[in-house]
Amino acid sequence: MTHRTDIRFILNGRDVSVPHVAADQTLLDFLRLDRRLTGTKEGCAEGDCGACTVLVGRLGASGLSYAPVNACIRFLASVDGCHVVTVEHLSGPDGRLHPVQRAMVDHHGSQCGFCTPGFVMALYALWMQTPEPTEAQVETALQGNLCRCTGYEPIIRAAVAVSRYGTPASDHLSTERETMTARLAALQDGRRVVTGPEDNLSILPADVDDLAQCLQTYPGATIVAGATDVGLWVTKFLRRIGPAIFTGHLDGLKTVQRQGSSLLIGAGASYTDCQELLTSHLPHLSSYWDRIAGWQVRNMGTVGGNIANGSPIGDTPPVLIALGAEITLRRGSERRMLPLEDFFIDYGKQDRRADEFVECIRVPLPEPGDLDAAYKISKRRDEDISSVAAGIHMSVSDGVIRNPRIAFGGMAATPKRAPQAEAALTGKPWTRASFEAAAQALANDFTPLTDWRASAEYRMLSAQNLLRRFFLEHDTRTDSPIQLASA
Amino acid sequence: MKDTVSITGSAHTDQTHDSAVKHVTGRADYTDDIALPEGSLHAYLGVSDVAHAKLLDIDFTEVLAMPGVVGVLTAADIPGANDISPTGLKDEPVFPTDEIQFHGQPLFAVVAETRDIARRAAERAQVAYETLPHALDPVAAQKAGYPHVTAPLKLERGNVSAAQADAPHRIRGRMRVGGQDHMYLEGQIALAIPGEDDDVIVHCSTQHPSEAQHMVAHVLGVPSNAVVVNVRRMGGGFGGKESQMNLFCAVAALAAKKWNRAVKIRPDRDQDMTATGKRHDFVIDYDVAFDDAGRIQAVEGCFAARCGFSADLSGPVTDRALFHADNAYFYPNVRLNSRPMKTNTVSNTAFRGFGGPQGVIAAERMIEEIAYATGQDPLDVRKANFYGPDDRNVTPYHQKVEDNILDRLVAELEQTSDYRRRRQDIITFNKTSPVLKRGIALTPVKFGISFTATWYNQAGALVHVYNDGSIHLNHGGTEMGQGLNTKVAQVVAEAFQVDIGRIKITRTTTEKVPNTSATAASSGTDLNGMAALDAVEQIKARLVKFAAETWGVSPDEVRFLPNTVRIGQDELAFDAFIKQAYLARVQLSAAGFYKTPKIHWDRARGQGRPFYYYAYGASCSEVTIDTLTGEYRVDRTDILHDVGRSLNPALDKGQVEGAFVQGMGWLTTEELWWDDAGRLRTHAPSTYKIPLASDRPRVFNVKLADWSENRELTIKRSKAVGEPPFMLGISVFEALSMAVASVADYRECPRLDAPATPERVLMAVARLQAGP
Repeated sequence: MTHRTDIRFILNGRDVSVPHVAADQTLLDFLRLDRRLTGTKEGCAEGDCGACTVLVGRLGASGLSYAPVNACIRFLASVDGCHVVTVEHLSGPDGRLHPVQRAMVDHHGSQCGFCTPGFVMALYALWMQTPEPTEAQVETALQGNLCRCTGYEPIIRAAVAVSRYGTPASDHLSTERETMTARLAALQDGRRVVTGPEDNLSILPADVDDLAQCLQTYPGATIVAGATDVGLWVTKFLRRIGPAIFTGHLDGLKTVQRQGSSLLIGAGASYTDCQELLTSHLPHLSSYWDRIAGWQVRNMGTVGGNIANGSPIGDTPPVLIALGAEITLRRGSERRMLPLEDFFIDYGKQDRRADEFVECIRVPLPEPGDLDAAYKISKRRDEDISSVAAGIHMSVSDGVIRNPRIAFGGMAATPKRAPQAEAALTGKPWTRASFEAAAQALANDFTPLTDWRASAEYRMLSAQNLLRRFFLEHDTRTDSPIQLASA
Repeated sequence: MKDTVSITGSAHTDQTHDSAVKHVTGRADYTDDIALPEGSLHAYLGVSDVAHAKLLDIDFTEVLAMPGVVGVLTAADIPGANDISPTGLKDEPVFPTDEIQFHGQPLFAVVAETRDIARRAAERAQVAYETLPHALDPVAAQKAGYPHVTAPLKLERGNVSAAQADAPHRIRGRMRVGGQDHMYLEGQIALAIPGEDDDVIVHCSTQHPSEAQHMVAHVLGVPSNAVVVNVRRMGGGFGGKESQMNLFCAVAALAAKKWNRAVKIRPDRDQDMTATGKRHDFVIDYDVAFDDAGRIQAVEGCFAARCGFSADLSGPVTDRALFHADNAYFYPNVRLNSRPMKTNTVSNTAFRGFGGPQGVIAAERMIEEIAYATGQDPLDVRKANFYGPDDRNVTPYHQKVEDNILDRLVAELEQTSDYRRRRQDIITFNKTSPVLKRGIALTPVKFGISFTATWYNQAGALVHVYNDGSIHLNHGGTEMGQGLNTKVAQVVAEAFQVDIGRIKITRTTTEKVPNTSATAASSGTDLNGMAALDAVEQIKARLVKFAAETWGVSPDEVRFLPNTVRIGQDELAFDAFIKQAYLARVQLSAAGFYKTPKIHWDRARGQGRPFYYYAYGASCSEVTIDTLTGEYRVDRTDILHDVGRSLNPALDKGQVEGAFVQGMGWLTTEELWWDDAGRLRTHAPSTYKIPLASDRPRVFNVKLADWSENRELTIKRSKAVGEPPFMLGISVFEALSMAVASVADYRECPRLDAPATPERVLMAVARLQAGP
C-alpha cells in the first residue's frame, strides 16, 4: 500500500492540500500565518480561552457533524479529511451578517472584540445544535470561552435571541450539507498518510489495525488522540513530538456501546462522543461530565487519552476506578486487560509499553440499588482542573455497606483508591458514624501536596467532607438542600 | 419639518460600538493581524529563572548557532538610555546589567527569522549568576529591611490618638488582599518598522502612545519627533497596557533599527503573565475606633503593597489606595500611611481602580467589623457613617465631598433589591440548613475622578471636515473596548448635527495629537470628548462667521440642524454648505484642547482637591456557600450605578456589568500564587481562573441611576464609568463573609482574606466551627 504524503481537507469553501505537515504544526498557525485568516485569534495557546475557536466538520458513523474546537492546540495533520470552518466563512459573500453575528452586534456582545470571533463560533455551533437554547445550555456551551470585558451578560442575551434572526435550516452549512458530505467522502481514500520532515513525521494510520502496525514501525512515537494535552507539550513546553501517530480520525476507536452489563468506550471516543450513553446509564456522571474542561476540549479530548496520559488530576480515572473499569491494551494483534487502577504505577509512569496503545475501556454498570457519586472540587466551578476529584461506589443491603470502591484524584501522585477508608466502611452499618470513621481513615490513605490549586490541608479536609457529603446525599433522613444548584 | 428629524448617533442614546461589526466578523485588526513588511523578523525575550541574583554572564553561543537566528539584543545594544521607568526614577532597565531582580525578568531578546525559532533559541542561553536572598511579599520585605520603591504617602486629619482613647470600642485587624492579572485577551505586542534617518514607526497595543513614543526615543537616544506610535485598537487593556508596553516597544524598535528590518515581538501568554506587572496585592493593618451606635470615631490604617522590583506606577497606585480608604464614609479623625514595598517580584502596575479597590475593601472590612461587634445589620452601619450633605463631609485629604448622592442611591437599591426582607429570610434559612449557608451584602462605592498627577488631566483632538462633508476625528485616547471612540464620535455628531456615519474615527497616533495622557483613570471620555468638542466649536465658529458674512445675516441666524444648516431663511444640506465654505477658503480643520478645571494637589501636605468629582454606585449580592467544600454560587446581584447623564447608556451598562464581574473575579477565584523560589505558578488561564459565563450572578439586575447628572461641567454632564463599578464586586465578598459568619451565629467577623477562593471560604468556616 502506498502512503499518501499530503494532508487534505476543506477550508471554508476550498479544497486544500498541504504537502509537508510537521507533527507539531498547529491549525491556528496555519490559518493565521499561512492563509492569513486572522479572524481566528491566539489568546492562550492552551485551549482555555476559546479565542481560536473554529468548527471542524467530520464524517463519522452518523454522518457529517460539526464541533467547535480550539485551533491553537489542534494539529494541522489531524484535520485530514475534515471541513474546517473559520469566522471568515460566516457572513455571506455579500457581507451580510450571519444571524449569530447580528445578534451579537444588536446586544452589545463585544467590547474589545478580541475574544469575539471565538464566541461567535461557539455560539454558531450551539445554534446549529440547539437553535433556542436555555441560559444554562448557553453557559455550558461557553465554558471554553473567556471574555474579560463584558461580564458575559450581553453575550448570553445575544445567544438566547439568535433564532429570532434566522434558522439553522437556511444556514449554508445546512443547505450545502449534501454537497459537503460528498466532497468529504471523496477525501476518504483509506490510505495511511505519512507527511512532514524526516525528524518530525505526522502519521495517520488507515485504520486501527494499521495503528497497531504503525506502532511496531515507530515504537515510542507520540500517540495523539484529541491533543488537548499533547497540544500543550508543543505550545507551552516546545517539545518535539515527532514522529506522532494521530488517531482522532479512526472510527474504529470511537465505538461507544453497551455490551451486556458493561459499557465499552473506544479509546478514541471524545468526551462528547460518549456523553449521552455514559450519562444515560450512569446519571451520577451527568453534571460531572459537563464540568470536564470546556466544550471545545470535550469535543477533542478523549477518555482514552485522559487515562493514557496518567495525570494525577485527570477527571475520568477516579470515577472510572470507582466503577471498577478495566482497560484493554493492544500491541500488534495481542491484547491484554487490566483493572484501570493497576495501570497507574507512579507519577508519569503507566503500565504501557512503547508499542502498546489503549484500545478501549470497559465500564461495568452498577447493580440496581448500588450507590454512586462523582465529585469534583475546583477553584472555579467550570473549565478548571480539579483540586480534588472523587468517585465513590458501594452497595448497601440490610443496612450494611458492602464493596465500597473509593478513588481520588489530586490526592496522590496517581489516581488512587482509598483502602483504609474503604475498610472503615466495609461491612459497617449505614450510619453517619461509619462515614465519620471513613473520613478519619482517609488521613492514613493520602498525604496530598500543596500547590497553586489547593493546599494539602484543604485537599484533605474537602476529601473527607466528600465522604460526609456522600452519606448525607444518600441518606433518606436528610431533607435540607446540601448541593449548590447547578447552572 | 426638518427640525423634528434627528440625527443618528446623537449624545445620550444607545449606540453600538463603532467596531462591533468588525469584531463579530473577525475583520477588526489587532497588531498581530497587520500584514508584515517583506523580510520582517521576530523577537522573543529570554528571562531569568531565579528571583534575585548577581548577574555574571550570559553565554549566547548555542543561541547564535541555531539556524534562523539573526542575533541577540542585550543592554550593550542600547544606544540611548537603558531605562524604561515611566516615572523617571531610572529604576527599571530594558535589560539588567548587574542584578536580576525577579523570576521571569527579561534579560535579553533573540531576533530570528520566525517567532518559533526566536522562542526556542531564547531557551538556549546560559546565564551565569550568583544567587542572593529574596523577599517576595511586603511582610517579608519589611522584615528583610527592603526599601520603599517610591516615597510613601501619609494622610492625616483630626486627632487620632485622642479619639482612639475616648472611643468606647476599638478593633484592630489585618487583611491580605490579593493582586490580579489583567488577562486582557490580546497579549502584549509591538511591531516596529524602521524608517530613514532616526525614524521608526511602532504599531502596538498600548493605552499610552505618547509614553511609548517618548520611551522608545529615550532608549534609542533620538528625539521624540523621530518616533511614531500607532494604536488602532487593543484587545483589552484594564491598565495592563499603560506602562507595561514600553518594554516591548523598546525591544522591537531597538531590533528594527539595529537590523534595519521590521521586527515584531509577541510573548506567549505565560511570558506575558510572568514578565509584566499586575494589580498590587496589599497587607492592610487597620485600627478602627467607634461608638456604641457603630459610628466611626477614628481610623488608622497602614497599607503595605507588593510593588515588585521597581516603582513603575506604584507611587500613584498606593496613593490612590489611601484616597479611597474612606470609600463612602466620614472619618472624623484619621491617619493613613502607605508602604510601597520593594519585593523580588515583577513590578506591579496600573489595573482598573488603580489602588482604589484595595482602599475601598479596607473601609468595607472595617464596617463589617463594627457591624459584627455591635450586632447590627452592616447596611445600618454603612448608612450611619456616610458622608453628610453639609457637615461630616471632609475626606482624609481635606477635599469636601460636595456631590454625594449615596443616601438616595442606596435607599433606592435597598428597596428595589428587597434587601431587608431577603436578609431576614437568609438568617431564617441558615438556622435550619446544615450544609448550605447563604449571605447577602449591600455595599456602596464612591470613586474620585481625575488623575492625581494633575498634569495628566489634559487632552487634545484633531478634527478635519473634508470638502465632501465627511469628518475625520482623531483624539489622544485609545480604544480598548470601552467604546471611547463611539462616545467621542457621538459628541462630534451632536455638535455638528450630522449622522454619526459621516464621522470616521481613526487610529490613535502620536503624529496627530501630541503629548497625550494615558487612556486611564476612567478619564478617556471626560478629557477627549471635551477636546474634540473644542475642535468642533472652533470649526463651527468659522463656519458661522462665514455664513453670516456671506448671507448677510446675524450669527445667531445660522443654525446647525440635523444634517442641514439653516442660514436665515435658506437651508443647505451639510455637505453642500461645507463645499461652499471650502470654496470660500474657510479652514475646516482644528486642533482641540482641554484641561480639567478646579483640581490641585499638594502631596507633601496631603491636602488639596485631587478629584474633579466623584462617581457613585451600589450593589447588593446574595450568595450560597457549601460548608463541606467552600464552593459557592452568586445567586443574585442588583446594581444601581451613577454615570451622571449617560452619553451612551448601552455602552455604560456594558462597562458596569463587565467591571462588576471583573471585580468579583478579583475577590473570588483569581489567585496569584508564587512558589518559594519566587516563580509565579498561576501564569495562564489553565491555572489562573477569571470568571466564566456560568460564574456571573444567577439573577443580575443592572440599572443606571438615570436621574443623576454631573454637578460639574463635564462633557454633556456625564460621568466616568471605567473604574468605579469594579468595586461593586465587593458586595460578593462581604456576602460570602456573612455566609461564613453564619456557622458561628454571626458572633464574629470572619477572618477572610481575598481572594475568597473555595479553599479560603472552607478554612474560614472550619476556624469558626472550631471555636475561639
